[in-house]
Amino acid sequence: MTKASSTLAPTGGRTASGLAWCSRYGALAAFGVLLALNIAATPYFLSLQTLNINLTQVCTIIIVAVGMNLVIATGGIDLSVGSLMAISGVLAPMIFLGQVVPVGNTALAVTLAIVAAIGVAGLLGLFNGWLVSRFGIQPIVATLILFIAGRGIAQVLVDGNLQTFSVPQFAWLGQGALLGIPTQVFVMAAIVAAALWTMRRTRFGRYVLAVGGNERAASMAALPVRRIKLAVYAISGLCAGVAGLVVIAINSASDANQIGLGTELDAIAAVAVGGSSLGGGQAHLLGTVLGALTIQLIRYTLLANGVPDAAALVVKAGVIALAVWLQQAQRRK
Amino acid sequence: MEVTRLERLFKHGATIALVVLIAFGAIRYDNFLSLYNVMSVCRTNAMFALVSLGMCFVIMTGGIDLSVGAVAALASVAAAKASPLGVTAGLATGIAVGFAAGVVNGLLVTRARLLPFITTLVTMLAANGCALLLAGNQSVAVSYTSGFTDIGQGDLGIFPIPALIVVALYVLGSLILHRTSAGRSVLATGGGEEASRLMGLRPDATKFAVYAASGALAGLAGVLLAAGSGAGQPTEGVGWELFAIASVVIGGTLLTGGAGSVLATLAGGLLMGTLFTVLNFENGLGVISLSAYWQSVIRGLMLLAVVVLQATVMQRGHRHAT
Repeated sequence: MTKASSTLAPTGGRTASGLAWCSRYGALAAFGVLLALNIAATPYFLSLQTLNINLTQVCTIIIVAVGMNLVIATGGIDLSVGSLMAISGVLAPMIFLGQVVPVGNTALAVTLAIVAAIGVAGLLGLFNGWLVSRFGIQPIVATLILFIAGRGIAQVLVDGNLQTFSVPQFAWLGQGALLGIPTQVFVMAAIVAAALWTMRRTRFGRYVLAVGGNERAASMAALPVRRIKLAVYAISGLCAGVAGLVVIAINSASDANQIGLGTELDAIAAVAVGGSSLGGGQAHLLGTVLGALTIQLIRYTLLANGVPDAAALVVKAGVIALAVWLQQAQRRK
Repeated sequence: MEVTRLERLFKHGATIALVVLIAFGAIRYDNFLSLYNVMSVCRTNAMFALVSLGMCFVIMTGGIDLSVGAVAALASVAAAKASPLGVTAGLATGIAVGFAAGVVNGLLVTRARLLPFITTLVTMLAANGCALLLAGNQSVAVSYTSGFTDIGQGDLGIFPIPALIVVALYVLGSLILHRTSAGRSVLATGGGEEASRLMGLRPDATKFAVYAASGALAGLAGVLLAAGSGAGQPTEGVGWELFAIASVVIGGTLLTGGAGSVLATLAGGLLMGTLFTVLNFENGLGVISLSAYWQSVIRGLMLLAVVVLQATVMQRGHRHAT
């Protein structure tokens, strides 16, 4: 409560301080080292197929991390993203397979499913924001509720069963390509571009950074602090909803127990590795994209070199702790 | 006036609700208060009560420990592996593994200055991975001949051993909190770290100790899990942290740290355990039909209700104070 941070929020990526650049180059260096390591050690690393695999998989992390970055920029955190992905990923097939309401036209059903699934995820995000802004509940606890209960809701909806489907109109979202580039890359790029524009060019973007930089000052300056918080959590929910759809489209299957498991940590790590302070007041979105690429490359490196899944979890945990620690150490100097 | 009454009601809310719920169950179901049912409720909730006790101390310092479930799962696997060597070996291994995880948490929070939730999310992930590695991706059967299973399944007189362990540790925890300088330094750290440092306390040492203790208690919970179910279970423990946090908050401990009660946490845990028992009885009567997946939803709803209630009471208190 007395932790008043006196630093002014930077007004965008351009005026980032030297230190922030340092930590951004840190992510770049880590990414470079990983690339070099892989070129040397992983067989068939320099192939179009490898690039495609990594691109298709990294998109979901980036999409979630963009929303997470906005929440973190206000000084909050969203642990519920993985579970919201599960809810959206479970809802969509239920709708386009006609289990909720029978819809004759497949294209119409798919559209309805996409809109409804993302909408529900957004509403649940709004609910997180309501808990945080209306009741002043710490973001960790407020979003922890849906972190656990959200996955439970997804499991209850399908009684824990796997849903498989062959609906090309929907699978296109995760398996299709435009000009040889996977569809979800365009979705991801659009979301990143929209977020960049919002943070750099709009008043809302400035407000987000101001709330995270110094909430008291922001509220004294008559900024609509509550509404801004509501908005960022809702955006984070929407992003998670989109990511959940991409995941099930890649697999043509929806498993409530698996969708988005551990994604919250990936997204937080991407933001931290990318150089945005976890204390709020900063949103280096391009850094976050680079952070997500680094996380994905770590995952791929371990997998391609035959490290068992369980051991990969341990390594990933270590890398995330190291990254967050390095980023904080730089900030303290 | 109204505020103080509200706050007092809130303080004893868990105990009052527990009594009401037990009365409801006793009237509605035939065997609700039978010795067998009461003792089995105590037995199955013992491991949750242990992680809640650790969580209570961590939260009172203003931190949080999200790793308790995964650490308990890891400890259950380690204890199962050591169980052929006897009760002591199994118990010591499980607690030691949990303690080690707690030490890692404590070091990362106090030395590396990582935020508690990041630290414990990371150790949650790492403990989960270690458990799967150690167990070879499947549950590990315990030895039934070494007497290890007695810790989880045995009785002393009419009382289940896990329940006795819980009672002993809660009494100990309550004494530490209210009667020792260590306990006061826990509350002082949560109340204001800088102030407690100026008072000559060592908040870092206190924080390290609560994370280590929380880890050791999660380890003991893992031992009870392995001994009670007959197997070390690497994928158990999902949602335990939510149960623990909910017990602590229902018991009236502030999530911001600086105030709390150990015994009320036990009441909070028992309240949730009893609620699930009531739901099971309803299931048995055929009134409702809830799958196991509902458990996490219900836990979430309970935490939601309590957190919102606590926040509302506190906000009112503030408004009156200013």
